[in-house]
Amino acid sequence: MITVTDARKNYGSFAALDDVSLDIPSGSLTALLGPSGSGKSTLLRSIAGLEGLDSGTVTIEGRDVTNEPPQRRGIGFVFQHYAAFKHMTVRDNVAFGLTIRKRPKAETDKKVDELLEIVGLDGFRNRYPAQLSGGQRQRMALARALAVDPQVLLLDEPFGALDAKVRTDLRQWLRRLHDEVHVTTVLVTHDQEEALDVADRIAVLNKGRIEQVGDPVTLYERPANDFVMGFLGSVAHFGDQLVRPHDIVLERDRATALALDAKVAGSPGVVEAVVERVVPLGFEVRVDLRADSGARFAAQITRRDAADLQLREGETVHARAVGRSSVVEVDPALAI
Amino acid sequence: MRISTGTRISLRVIALGYLFVLLAVPIAVILWRTFSPGIGEFVASVSTPAAQSAINLSLLIVAIVVPLNVVFGVATALALVRGRFRGRGLLQAVVDLPFAVSPIVVGVALIMLWGAGGWFGGLDNAGFKVIFGLPGMVIATLFVTLPFVVREVEPVLHEIGQEQEQAASTLGANRWQTFWRITLPAIRWGLTYGIVLTVARALGEFGAVIMVSSGFPGVSQTLTLLVHSRYIDDHNTYGAYAAATLLMGIALVVLLLMTVLDRKRSDR
Repeated sequence: MITVTDARKNYGSFAALDDVSLDIPSGSLTALLGPSGSGKSTLLRSIAGLEGLDSGTVTIEGRDVTNEPPQRRGIGFVFQHYAAFKHMTVRDNVAFGLTIRKRPKAETDKKVDELLEIVGLDGFRNRYPAQLSGGQRQRMALARALAVDPQVLLLDEPFGALDAKVRTDLRQWLRRLHDEVHVTTVLVTHDQEEALDVADRIAVLNKGRIEQVGDPVTLYERPANDFVMGFLGSVAHFGDQLVRPHDIVLERDRATALALDAKVAGSPGVVEAVVERVVPLGFEVRVDLRADSGARFAAQITRRDAADLQLREGETVHARAVGRSSVVEVDPALAI
Repeated sequence: MRISTGTRISLRVIALGYLFVLLAVPIAVILWRTFSPGIGEFVASVSTPAAQSAINLSLLIVAIVVPLNVVFGVATALALVRGRFRGRGLLQAVVDLPFAVSPIVVGVALIMLWGAGGWFGGLDNAGFKVIFGLPGMVIATLFVTLPFVVREVEPVLHEIGQEQEQAASTLGANRWQTFWRITLPAIRWGLTYGIVLTVARALGEFGAVIMVSSGFPGVSQTLTLLVHSRYIDDHNTYGAYAAATLLMGIALVVLLLMTVLDRKRSDR
């Protein structure tokens, strides 16, 4: 369990962390999700001790480490740009923490071989980091961090510098690794898809504060506010409310739309809109719409529904919202 | 832009001619003058007691100056790159001062500071000779060679950033271990080049050293002072050429040695 209490960190007049408190349960894989400048990296680096707090405390597994340097916190840290020791071989990189701890060579070699096998770099023992691809370097960095048996593993945008394909592969791999190793893991990311994909808990940060903490389904379906809703997926401004585009249903017939809408308690009503564009996106179709009020929004419907409706640009449709759970009040400042 | 073959060739001829006249010709003349009377003559000229003493003194100064510059140069570079303190801009400017100030001015300043009647002149009166002694020559050489290690190491520190050091600290290394195992190997090339420049300059320094040396042959003459006094005072032109060749030779050996040593270490 990692507990952060009332953490505060200012850079000049900018509050990177504004009284943040957060509990991270042992064995979980928690994502700190937020836009750049939200304080997510500062929070992670404070847990690691790479950044000092102006006030507040950090405890790891019941031990107050607020004033401990990084080397005495029992952590493993993985950097976005790998931080590979360029002048050392893969073997020496992974062995670094054990060498520092003066472990016997045989024990170190055994551990290094084990880890290199887990991360799939067994054949690369004697290579230098410059001879590895980005994904391989990051796996080496993970093995290096795991070699010292950390109580917590901290990952700062670990896949941010990799290309899309490698990124998805590596995060699936990280998820499987976590299921095997069970070390408490905290991952910083600005990519909501990545957070939803790997994490079993997500903390959404904005402007140095935590907006909401919960499991991915809760956050997606019951966001605490507009920011969380907007950050965890696309949204449409529908009437005076925010809804997910895939929760918008289009009808040709106004009477049908009104009748079906009456069954949805507290729905935002039926909006008459003109079709501006129909964009096929693989198995879904995005329909760009303009309401009577002039507000633009998009609906995401299935290919089958789109085929049934036979929508053409310039036609009028009647839109209604379903899935009440993801409907929240619009902050007047955000409404168009 | 396309350059015609004629222009390209003439540009090359001009560039090479310039280098040839300014660099190659003087060195060739000295080498030719040194070795035309035969290698025996050269050996005899550079093994007189005065010459041997000059070699020893020059090497002694290098041996004192280089370690001091390495320690303080790396510390200063770390402070300039990593530190956040008031007066960093001032420190930046001060480091470059030896580039801007003429060595002869350095010599004069040292005499005024350390000589009899200077601020620290008390030392001189107490019998510890700074000016006209080895300490004065070392201080003068330190002054003129101060920027080399700092300026070679600084950009390398900038380039490597702090992540490797932070990674080492999360893996359990303390500051000292991090410095030896991560920082030092990473700045190795910059440091090597800084040392080579320091050695070359320390061997070759003349203006600042002549001001603070008593200049007695066999006692307080460095190799550069020996070249000067042989040519000007003794009218021993050949001796001056021979000493100059020796000076170049030592600098060249140092350069080769550093390169070879470093290649060996990085091969390991």
